[in-house]
Amino acid sequence: MTHLLFVFDLVLLATLLGLAVAALTSPDPRRAVMLFIAFGLWLALVWARLKAPDVALAEAAIGAGLGGALMLAAARRAARRGTDRLKGRKSGADQA
Amino acid sequence: MSRRASLAVSLLLGLLTLLLLWVFAQALAQQPGPRLAELAATELPRSAVSNPVTAVLLNYRAYDTLLELAVLLAALLGIWSLGAASPGYQPAGPALEVMADWVVPLLILTGGYLLWVGAHAPGGAFQAGALLGAAGVILRLAGHQRAGLPSESSQRLLAVSGTAVFAAVGLATLAFGAGFLTYPPDWAKWLILLIETAATLAIGTTLAAAYVGGQPPENPEGVRSR
Repeated sequence: MTHLLFVFDLVLLATLLGLAVAALTSPDPRRAVMLFIAFGLWLALVWARLKAPDVALAEAAIGAGLGGALMLAAARRAARRGTDRLKGRKSGADQA
Repeated sequence: MSRRASLAVSLLLGLLTLLLLWVFAQALAQQPGPRLAELAATELPRSAVSNPVTAVLLNYRAYDTLLELAVLLAALLGIWSLGAASPGYQPAGPALEVMADWVVPLLILTGGYLLWVGAHAPGGAFQAGALLGAAGVILRLAGHQRAGLPSESSQRLLAVSGTAVFAAVGLATLAFGAGFLTYPPDWAKWLILLIETAATLAIGTTLAAAYVGGQPPENPEGVRSR
């Protein structure tokens, strides 16, 4: 039983680190935020495994849920602003 | 970033990693000294709640929680000073609307449950407030311009209420000679519940208003009569 739990913990940790690296190295902000939400939910699982249900609840609700929603909105806004600027530059170049 | 700058940053990061690993190894090698956990557990019956996490957050370390609420308030002030909010989303299609009709009351109910159960089991003001905030996010996604929140003046009152009630309780205990945020044991349960209720409303309002992302719209046209 302990061996099984050890393997479970290893898989838990490896996936957590993999999600963190994937979120940090993703070039697309939207994709990075989605990976970050997955990371937050996975971290909630790790907190639950560490017998810290309070932290797990807070992590899932605030870290993954609301933080993710806020960052998705921010990424959307940043992308819109970026395309606006690109369009402005293009039309400026056409006029010149 | 130029190549030299990124090289310097990675060098510094490597040094920081080595330092942290060394601190971790030192901490592992040392004998565990006196811990606060035992003290917290022995004083638990006097804190009027049986959940140690709530006891730490609302009784032993209430000052920290008060400052956390103030940080949330400051964040909301920053967001509101960015200017008016964007108009928001189109009114939702029937599937999302029905889902919102079901999920939002459930979220509010679960938030109230978490607030009450926080005294003796995992839960509490921050989790309950996060659920209220999530209800606001769903309403905003379903086309409600103000994320289900009342007018701006009421939002201001709600957002301030958490910090204000917390500080008022602290000043009241100070006035009665017990010291700032030192609850008299007979009253502690109700004072903690009062603070947590106000904090839940303030956190829910703040998080939902943060998702709106600017000063709330004056006359929300997205409000539909149901």
